[in-house]
Amino acid sequence: MKLLGVLIGCAVAAGAASNNSVLIRGADVYPVTSEPVKAASILVLDGKIAEIGLKVAAPKGVRVVDGKGLRVYPGMIDSGTELGLSEIELIRETVDTGELGEFMPQLRALASVNPDSEHFAVVRIAGITAVMTLPAGSGGEGGGRGRARQYISGQAALIHTFGWTWEDMAVSGPAAMYVQFPSLAAAGGRGGPVPENIAELAGETGSRTLTEMLRTYQQEVTKLSDFFEEARRYQKAKAANLPGFVRDLKYEAMLPVLDGKLPVAIAAATPRLIHDAIQFAEKQNVKIVIMQPRELGSAAAELKAKNIPVILGRVLALPRGQDDPYDQAFTLPAEAYKAGIKFAFGTFENQFVRNLPYQAATAVAFGLPQDEALKAITINPAQIWGAGDQLGSLEKDKSADLMVTTGDPLEIQTQVKHVFIRGQEIELSSRQTRLYDKYLNRQ
Amino acid sequence: MRKFRIVALAALAPLYAQNIVIQNATIMTVTKGTLQGSVAIQNGKIAEVGEKVMMPQNSTVIDAGGQYVIPGIIDCHSHIAVDGSVNEGSVSVSSMVNIKDVINPEDISIYRALAGGVTTANILHGSANPIGGQTIVLKMRWGQDAQGMIFEGALPGIKFALGENPKRPGNPPGGRGATPTVPARYPATRMGVEDTIREALNQAKAYKAEWDDYAAKLARGEHPLPPRKDLKLEPLKEVLEGKRYVHAHCYREDEILMLLRVADDYGFKIRTLQHVLEGYKVAQEIAASGTGASTFSDWWAFKIEAYDAIPYNAALMQKKGIVVSLNSDDDELMRHLNTEAAKAMKYGGLSETDALAMVTINPAKQLGIDGRVGSIEAGKDADLVIYDKNPLSDYAKVQKVLIDGRVYFDRDNDVKGRPAKVLEKQKLLDKEKQSQPKSAGGRGPVQ
Repeated sequence: MKLLGVLIGCAVAAGAASNNSVLIRGADVYPVTSEPVKAASILVLDGKIAEIGLKVAAPKGVRVVDGKGLRVYPGMIDSGTELGLSEIELIRETVDTGELGEFMPQLRALASVNPDSEHFAVVRIAGITAVMTLPAGSGGEGGGRGRARQYISGQAALIHTFGWTWEDMAVSGPAAMYVQFPSLAAAGGRGGPVPENIAELAGETGSRTLTEMLRTYQQEVTKLSDFFEEARRYQKAKAANLPGFVRDLKYEAMLPVLDGKLPVAIAAATPRLIHDAIQFAEKQNVKIVIMQPRELGSAAAELKAKNIPVILGRVLALPRGQDDPYDQAFTLPAEAYKAGIKFAFGTFENQFVRNLPYQAATAVAFGLPQDEALKAITINPAQIWGAGDQLGSLEKDKSADLMVTTGDPLEIQTQVKHVFIRGQEIELSSRQTRLYDKYLNRQ
Repeated sequence: MRKFRIVALAALAPLYAQNIVIQNATIMTVTKGTLQGSVAIQNGKIAEVGEKVMMPQNSTVIDAGGQYVIPGIIDCHSHIAVDGSVNEGSVSVSSMVNIKDVINPEDISIYRALAGGVTTANILHGSANPIGGQTIVLKMRWGQDAQGMIFEGALPGIKFALGENPKRPGNPPGGRGATPTVPARYPATRMGVEDTIREALNQAKAYKAEWDDYAAKLARGEHPLPPRKDLKLEPLKEVLEGKRYVHAHCYREDEILMLLRVADDYGFKIRTLQHVLEGYKVAQEIAASGTGASTFSDWWAFKIEAYDAIPYNAALMQKKGIVVSLNSDDDELMRHLNTEAAKAMKYGGLSETDALAMVTINPAKQLGIDGRVGSIEAGKDADLVIYDKNPLSDYAKVQKVLIDGRVYFDRDNDVKGRPAKVLEKQKLLDKEKQSQPKSAGGRGPVQ
């Protein structure tokens, strides 16, 4: 039995080795980090990009794909999903985001990723080859829906959208620590949160007065800081190897954050909260990425000056306030670009992950240069999440995560003809294409 | 104060109806092909469409060089402009309530929908009840009062709902066996949903018989007492008489087929199946019954009854002979139904015209207003959208929107007007601050 297992293992491995080499010939190649090359070839060997050029010879035994009339781009990366963790939003049994607890840095999103989730097939055949999967729900709710607020949700993972196991899918170890910064907008009755300036004026928001709200906010910020400081003391105690030192899983998980190796992905919606989050990060001396701002305003210059990257949430979103411009969310990416901020896009809802490029396109319609939009779903997220040397562009020695399309991938009508993840061609089928074929041919 | 009001009103009012010629545009008429040319508008109606048109007297010219004109977008499923909750969830059959009574013409979503090219929307109740309330078709005439928004002459409708949503009140939180925090409301299963609808229709049939009998006696010259008017059964009687459309929320193939058969049994037609995410599985049956389908482009997996949803649904149903529209059911999605249509080209390979039809002439047919709107043809209402690029591209932006020949949205004006709005808001805030008493603790209770 054991022997059989070994034999099968060898067969799969051998299959994989010959499976992840390919030559795409005669396509227009868009590397993202350099100028497009017309009618070029791209050679993939053992899952890595080996060569891009006008004339590339096919090594013996390497399959050739005719790319005439097609374009090759790096696979797209979505910076905000719950893929593999949440299957059907309304059925709690199928959802593994939003654990209980206030400070949960030890939780790993990666080890709960279900590689056979139907969502992976749906998004990878749309050309999305890697995603950030977050331990907190899309609405940023922590501690389970409707439960006490959460400060640290756990470790987010950067994963490929294809693999046999979650280990196989992982691009690296944890890619970020997900922190939900305290919010002033948590109050607010019917009609949503009360904008801060109005709250200040009216002296109340929902059932709480502004004074009460600010007090709670300050208390929460202090609580978050306290936890980081405890972790820092733990780090010192560990380094000093003090007698009686006891290993603690929560603080242990914080060490890469405190060492500056793991960035903190920190959800903050408004300029004030972004400013406070930056102050917090500087005080704690940790690296941060701002998640899902709804407004940048005065925080834009600060983000640029301190070189802090931003993950923009859904572009196709309503304005925050009744009297905000109708296109507020559409123009936010252009605003970030003009301020010189490095940013990437996230869709923050599993069913809309495949629409990532169309969100980026709307940003283009409202002022973002097209090449910047493309960067924000390829090379920028790769760099922001520490995989700039592996993913996000077509360059020699990078992982062969690529899509072959009939045109501009940001246009809805463009079809994806081939997808490769680590050089392996992905079958362009999903539960949805199978149902389509089945019922198209219904008698 | 009065003066201020007049100024404010003038600023709000759209450009007064006038004769307009839109020139040099790519005109996608939907029903009569796409051409380079002009649209002439006279007295709120389309007077002429062609490469060259007669200029009506005193017309204003809109030069749309390099731009695209399409018919105003029609959303067959929306909940905007409703004051308060969309569900009357206390009863399983709430046919007595009417959206018409709760139209809020100041809902900012109307303006936002307009800015996304929507000129007409079917406003429905929610889906908490197997039989919901009465629906109304509105034109997005931003700035007018509730009455002014109503699409005059459009046949009213009623919402039906199948599947998980109407089951929910029958299954209160805590699960079976647990002590319920709220009493369960029948029905709790799809079986009960069917029964609830049949019971109501059965009552309506008897009620209709009473009125038919009354009418017959009157016709014979007798002097009968009229039956008692029943506000719950009245709209259902209209359904049986074909005077009111049924728009039915549904997801799964079983419940879709169930409703078609119930309608067969009671001798009426379901006008549209709404959402109808598994419509592709029973497309033959839907087509045979002459029922329309209004679906989402690509929503899926948000609940178990949406797990077999496929983005090919719209195209597949269309290929099997169903009149299909794409709706929003969402204040945000409503703002880009044009690109939702483009998804029917990506998933299922429809032509540009067939895709565009799904947000223009098809929903118009489903709502019975295709004689007035849904395409660019002489004699129809001048409800038009001008885009800077091909509206089936997600790079396109709405530039202008006209309803009845009036410009109700103009992007340039919107953008130009923003600094003044910011100033005005600041002024109001400052004024409010000054009016507050100096004493600590802020002002008293908000009025």
